[in-house]
Amino acid sequence: MANAPRPMFDTETLVINMGPQHPSTHGVLRVVLRLDGERVVDCDVVIGYLHRGIEKLSENRDYTQIVLLTDRMDYVAAATNNLGYCETVEKLMGLEVPRRAKYIRTILAELQRIASHNVWLGTHAMDIGAVTVFLYNIRERELILDLFEEYCGARLTYNSMRVGGLPLDIPAGWDRKVREFCRIQEEKLVDYELLLTHNRIWLERTRNVGVISGPDAIAIGLSGPPLRGSGVARDVRKDEPYAAYDELEFDVPVGATGDTYDRYLVRLEEFRQSIRIIRQALDGLPEGPIVGKVPRLIKPPAGETYHAIESPKGELGYFIASDGKSTSPYRFRVRPPSFCNLQALRQLVRGHLVADVVALIGSIDVVLGEVDR
Amino acid sequence: MASGRLTKAAHGAAREGAARGDGAPPATEPGSGAEPRLNMIDIVIIPLLKIVIVFVAVLFGVAYLVLLERKVQAWVQVRLGPMRVGPHGVLQPIADALKLFVKEDITPARADKWVYTLAPMISLVPALIVFAVIPFGGTAHLFGKTVPLFVADVNVGLLYIVSVASIGVYGLILAGYASNSKYPLLSSLRASAQLISYEVAVTMTLVSLILMAGTLSMVGIVEAQRQAGLWYVFAQPLAFFIFLAGGLAETNRAPFDLPEAEQELVGGFHTEYSGMRFAFFFLAEYANMIVVSSVATTLFFGGWLAPFPNVHALAFLGLVPGWIWFLLKVFCFLYLFLWIRATLPRYRYDQLMRLGWKVLIPLAIANVIVTGAVKVLL
Amino acid sequence: MPDEPRPTPPAAARPVEKKIEAPSGPPDPPPPADLAPPAFVTAAQAALGGAITQLSYWVGDWTILTTPARLLDLARVLRDDPACRFDFCSDVTASDWPARESRFDVIYCLYSTRRRHRVRVKVRAADGEPVPSVSGVWPAANWLEREVWDMFGVNVVNHPDRRRILMPDDWQGHPQRKDYPLEGPGELLLEDPLEWLRLRNAQSTAEIE
Repeated sequence: MANAPRPMFDTETLVINMGPQHPSTHGVLRVVLRLDGERVVDCDVVIGYLHRGIEKLSENRDYTQIVLLTDRMDYVAAATNNLGYCETVEKLMGLEVPRRAKYIRTILAELQRIASHNVWLGTHAMDIGAVTVFLYNIRERELILDLFEEYCGARLTYNSMRVGGLPLDIPAGWDRKVREFCRIQEEKLVDYELLLTHNRIWLERTRNVGVISGPDAIAIGLSGPPLRGSGVARDVRKDEPYAAYDELEFDVPVGATGDTYDRYLVRLEEFRQSIRIIRQALDGLPEGPIVGKVPRLIKPPAGETYHAIESPKGELGYFIASDGKSTSPYRFRVRPPSFCNLQALRQLVRGHLVADVVALIGSIDVVLGEVDR
Repeated sequence: MASGRLTKAAHGAAREGAARGDGAPPATEPGSGAEPRLNMIDIVIIPLLKIVIVFVAVLFGVAYLVLLERKVQAWVQVRLGPMRVGPHGVLQPIADALKLFVKEDITPARADKWVYTLAPMISLVPALIVFAVIPFGGTAHLFGKTVPLFVADVNVGLLYIVSVASIGVYGLILAGYASNSKYPLLSSLRASAQLISYEVAVTMTLVSLILMAGTLSMVGIVEAQRQAGLWYVFAQPLAFFIFLAGGLAETNRAPFDLPEAEQELVGGFHTEYSGMRFAFFFLAEYANMIVVSSVATTLFFGGWLAPFPNVHALAFLGLVPGWIWFLLKVFCFLYLFLWIRATLPRYRYDQLMRLGWKVLIPLAIANVIVTGAVKVLL
Repeated sequence: MPDEPRPTPPAAARPVEKKIEAPSGPPDPPPPADLAPPAFVTAAQAALGGAITQLSYWVGDWTILTTPARLLDLARVLRDDPACRFDFCSDVTASDWPARESRFDVIYCLYSTRRRHRVRVKVRAADGEPVPSVSGVWPAANWLEREVWDMFGVNVVNHPDRRRILMPDDWQGHPQRKDYPLEGPGELLLEDPLEWLRLRNAQSTAEIE
């Protein structure tokens, strides 16, 4: 070192701590950035600030009580978490769910996807500086919350499903309101697109930012819209159909280059596909019971299973091991899509600017409640 | 044409008053009042009064501009905005000011205390003293006296504005440096790079305007537009757009609000500031918005001149006092600023630099050359 | 419940109590005889038959059991073999069976985005026994293995970045272990992990009645 020529200008990297309190880390994410000027040399993602031990807690609760805990993971899409959990227990117990319940579950899950994507688009756009889009999205999300409120009485943590079926049938006239909502959402999508899709600044901010190729995305474990943005047509709803998805028609949008803009386009198209699914499900909603034959005591036989569904964030998987003796799972594990997607952040932000870091966090769409559990 | 004559007469008086305001010896001024008591009023009291009025009006305007911003953004975003303090929130600025006055004034540990204290002032004072040369109107008749509606008509007014306005950025740089915090430091680096780059483009557009008007005096430029019968925005549309983009960048407004990008740098240079010092930065930003709007109005939209002076059917527009026209035009600009903020995402730092150096500055220089060539050839 | 003083069982009663509970691991039932194993299982068996210690099938899920020593070999085969192509590592997790000698099951949930099939790979490891990291095969396993280390204390070796992920860096203990009390450390430290199971079963049967 002593013999090395001294550079004319000393440069050193600047370590900057983004979060856990930061306006655009979507909660309590902490990203330690090492910057050269404004360029990110490296970053370390620190999580766990919202760790509540939901897995441990679930191992000490009844199977029926856990539905309520799953609400608290991805609180932006609580119904999807309910669905994933209930289906896993049903798979473990070999329960058959009535078709009507499957259809209503599908409708709820797709409404939830739209609600979650509304939050994503709003916050993502706000991170890039387009504040107005956020309020437009929240306006539409509000309508979905109203629909959920009418269905199950809650607006955020729904507890809207039960092992073996549903707690409630849809209220009278609810389907008409859902259709009305679909119409409104379709109209408003045009508004968002007008504000963003062809906006020069938006294009410059999102194109070629955080490019990840399809194979890389698979290797790092991306799932959901970020994976599809990289051109991999992987959707659990299509590949391993659950609920009523095998009876409904929809397309899986994929991107071309795998940049932030593609991820944006994929999610925008998912809005439309979700609306399409909801309409089909409403049209084909069968009559019948909403709860299958469920034993009074939910006590699955000894065994393990892993079941995945497509949450708005990606592949949401539950691994449940039952010892066959207890009414609570022996091992309860969630494969949180945000957690696995967030892992790619380090790879994505390298070489980009500080402003891109917030764009990329937004484009991955993390919910810290789910990352930390 | 009645309105034209009126303004011309008014302008003559305005020149006279301005000269006195500059402190020229009144005795040598032909046509000035014979009594020394009157001169005292002209030299000291009226300019002082004007300064006080402009100062109060600007601060008041800034306070309500903040409210306007919140309201306009709220309306764009299907919200109501402030509604609690007074009917429709009209007293909100007073509540805000009160809150900021009584808030604790925090200095971060190991901050450079003097610079930290000085920075907000450096940023606010230039923003306020620029108003000295902005002509709000022609003249007004008050208590039998003809009073020009500007504090001073400096013959290098435009140069004065450019130079004083660029002092303001030192406030941001020093604030970022003195805060002993990383986000403000990044922000101040952004601010200095951004303001310096865009200063060049904006000044270049001003050069082409000076070529058109042949004067640096703000009053003179308005007067030149009146004589030409043409607002310079129609003669120099390119210069206007460069000025607008540069103005947005220089006032740190969206889509160029990088130095204070809340989503990236938390609050930028004013992250660590609180209470009145924070308010100073806030006031400076909005005062700068008014400055840029006023300068744009004066240079491109004929200042206090009524629109359509040649259309006889609209001659009644000339009956409206000039300062109202001026305020209306400024308001339109401010509204445009707010509208843009509510609509557009934010540029990235490197894109901003690219836009500045690779697009705006070459265009501005080309504009100067073309303007000069046309001027010489005609 | 916590208010009641826990009666210390007489020494003679203890073996009887131990009989109540203590699942010594998941059943891992073998596949039914009439069910032909899928192509990826036969391919993996053909490539390295010795690595697969057991094959299990339950509610439609295939599970391959292997040993920590052969885990990496199996992982590479599963990823690269044309019949397998498990390119997507869905999940890495563990479960704790304290009654068993090698108390941890480390479970790798794999998926193939090309062949669209799933498999679970399971490895049994004792406390402190090294389990090789598969993050070289599937980079996605990086954080998941960190979580397994953080939550269970499974000794994941050759990991590029083995730090705690959810708990604070200076945390003592591994919360997902069965002998780690739900209420946190210091309040209800159980000396015997089996005690926890006994209490839990007693509680759940009481609630049923």
